[in-house]
Amino acid sequence: MSYTSTELMVTAAAKELHDGETAFVGIGVPMLTCNLAKSTHAPNLELVYESGVVGAPISTGGVPTSIADPKLASDSTGIYPMYEGFSRVLQGGRIDVGFLGGAQVDRWGNINSTVIGEYDDPEVRFPGSGGACEIACNAGRFMIITPHERRRFPETVDFVTSPGHVDGQGGRERHGLQGGGPSTVITDKAVMRFDDAGEMYVEKLHPGVTRAEVQEATGWELPFADDVGETTEPTPEEVRLIRDVLDPDRIYIDVPEE
Amino acid sequence: MSVTDMASAVSEGVSDGQELYLAGFTHLIPFAAGHEMIRQGLEDLTLVRATPDAIYDQMIAAGCAEKVVFSYAGAGLRRTLEEGDIEFEEYTHFGMVSRLAAGAYDLPFLPVRTFAGSDLPAHNGKIRRVESPYDGEEINVVPPLNPDVTVVHAHRADEHGNAQVWGIVGEIIDAALAADTVILTTEELVDEAVIRSDPNRTAVPGSAVDYVVEEPYCAHPSYVHGLYDRDRRFYRGWDDVASTHEGVLEYLDEWVYGVDDRREYVEKLGVGRLLDLQPRTNYATPVDMGGYQ
Repeated sequence: MSYTSTELMVTAAAKELHDGETAFVGIGVPMLTCNLAKSTHAPNLELVYESGVVGAPISTGGVPTSIADPKLASDSTGIYPMYEGFSRVLQGGRIDVGFLGGAQVDRWGNINSTVIGEYDDPEVRFPGSGGACEIACNAGRFMIITPHERRRFPETVDFVTSPGHVDGQGGRERHGLQGGGPSTVITDKAVMRFDDAGEMYVEKLHPGVTRAEVQEATGWELPFADDVGETTEPTPEEVRLIRDVLDPDRIYIDVPEE
Repeated sequence: MSVTDMASAVSEGVSDGQELYLAGFTHLIPFAAGHEMIRQGLEDLTLVRATPDAIYDQMIAAGCAEKVVFSYAGAGLRRTLEEGDIEFEEYTHFGMVSRLAAGAYDLPFLPVRTFAGSDLPAHNGKIRRVESPYDGEEINVVPPLNPDVTVVHAHRADEHGNAQVWGIVGEIIDAALAADTVILTTEELVDEAVIRSDPNRTAVPGSAVDYVVEEPYCAHPSYVHGLYDRDRRFYRGWDDVASTHEGVLEYLDEWVYGVDDRREYVEKLGVGRLLDLQPRTNYATPVDMGGYQ
């Protein structure tokens, strides 16, 4: 069974979600991840969107293209105004897991989705936080899903939009951050976690990917687990669900022509 | 409070140099109001919005804006920021909606569990830290935002401005209650009895509203839940249009300056486009509000 690297990222991330948890979902790969988990091993996963929608239904038959898409609101279990959603639900400690991506991620899992270059004189300007910073501050844990390229994994990010483990061991406590911070980084090459000092290390390599390739795509000397494993491949049923049910228009997955 | 048309509401309610909030989180964005402001040539506005996307791209390109305040920049604004042509002030979504809440609740600031560990406070002096008088915990705070004018769009409203919405509510309640002047645009002007039949659905009380404008399809290309869908064809193409200043100006020539009002805009869109955006029906179960002596 063939699969794409996006499908592998989705299935690897979905395995990180547990039945009964509440997830703060972003559009794109995080949404596919949550919908896959909810369609398989985690039917009681509750989906919350920053638009204030809680208990969103599994999106099938044409994916939502915005976190405030009407498809997410119809048939949800509740809709909060935005301040209430961010304050009561997210800040109130009611989110188990969030998802973040970004232009740059450093060894502590700090994320830049704001700017490359100087803040006041940007080379490249990105959208900025949206709800990302508060997810990073308040979610029980968060996953980072991003392509693995050297420019995306620099030694130091140009701007911290969303705090990870900040400056290492105890960094989150020193900054008064209530959430647990980044738990997992899933790229198109590997699955990474954070050690007790808050530093990223490689736990698993995707099938066919070498240590050298991962190191080459990372801007600092990346530690590897003593017993580096291999990421489990997507099953045919998972691939079928993603392609035929969850993203039939192939908006977020890039399936090569047969 | 007056029931009026869009051109009158904008000319009477909005002045050059004011701080403006066009409300709506993807849903219920009052595009028609922004277009009318462009046609009337408003200048030096401070444009505030959590997600400045197509409507603010258009107002910036048209020369309406002196400054933009935001928490998530769309493609057009990112280009403008890269070009360095505009003053700006940046928040996170929670920071932005907390500013509106502080404004609506008339508080000097609101504490927020966000910004900690981020570089944003170093670049925005309005994000500050205070010590809790109770346990000494340090926490970030944001000041109130009280726009001179907020425009909100609703599914239905009565002639007093009592406005009801369903679907995603976003920041519209606080954005309206925080503002000095509120222009309430609505898909449909309804009898007060309709509002009174379902009071839980009221988002904005008429007492906060200064102008009521009945303006069908006001929110296109954004959406009004249950009435017309988000125009994905428009949004898919917009990033490309907004990638150059000239691209946005061409759009304005055709869709803003090229029409007199929203009615002409809707006629230009055409029946086929509107039919494509029409959702199936999916009625909510009625609630029994009870009748009491």
